[in-house]
Amino acid sequence: MVYLTRKIEFSASHVYHNPTLSPRENKRIFGKCNNPHGHGHNYTLEVTVAGEPDPVTGMVLDLKELKEILEREVMQRMDHRHLNKEVSELKGQIPTCENIARVIWNLLDPKIKQGKLHRVRLYENADLFADCYRNGAGARV
Amino acid sequence: MKKDALHIELGRRYHFSASHRLHNPRLSDEENQRIYGKCNNPYGHGHNYTVEVRVSGSVDRATGMISNLTDLDKFVNERIIEPFDHRSLNEEVAEFQKTVPTTEVLCIEIFRRLQKFPHAKLEAVRVVETSNNSFEYTGN
Repeated sequence: MVYLTRKIEFSASHVYHNPTLSPRENKRIFGKCNNPHGHGHNYTLEVTVAGEPDPVTGMVLDLKELKEILEREVMQRMDHRHLNKEVSELKGQIPTCENIARVIWNLLDPKIKQGKLHRVRLYENADLFADCYRNGAGARV
Repeated sequence: MKKDALHIELGRRYHFSASHRLHNPRLSDEENQRIYGKCNNPYGHGHNYTVEVRVSGSVDRATGMISNLTDLDKFVNERIIEPFDHRSLNEEVAEFQKTVPTTEVLCIEIFRRLQKFPHAKLEAVRVVETSNNSFEYTGN
């Protein structure tokens, strides 16, 4: 098995606020991330696809195709957007790394036809990230 | 896809600087020198360590989080950063008075200290000693 990883970067704004909680609770749980006007990050996304290289092309999947999928599914949806207000898949969710990584997994998984989506890693900054795997998929590469 | 079809981990990186010396008192000076080379210098030397901590669990619907970062940061600060940062690992950390503080041993010790984090399951600890060396321990 070979694990292929492609990286992209996008910038977006968000705010952490749960309308079912009081303003005080929101402040206590989310701290600075609860600032009502939002704030932004440069996100880095690493997408890892697992598979055997095709005997003819030598590729797990065509990187050009993966690049197009990432452009369509992630960049056009999230780059230079407000994640709470403009990304319908995140509606009603707090746009944490965990939730964004899961949304990205669900967008990409059905689109990747060659190889199998293995890991989605989303960095909010160099010191904070979330990893998403298929449950029971084994190796956490 | 159902939520429990996915396994989600939260990763957080922490930084500390410390000195160490690789020396096993049960070996001769020549043996220590042969095995540890420059790392056996009697006055020790230091690194800027990065510790990557990965935890898993269900993502709370109300907060969108596996674990509140404030809780994780406090736990790691108390157990790792405060006792290790700007210290001599050999002289000031009790565990390393009996063992050689290679980064392998350090990585296992950090995992042991963080294993009881109450809000999520500790999956892995990765310690980066320099940009060329890193070590990961998953508890087995």
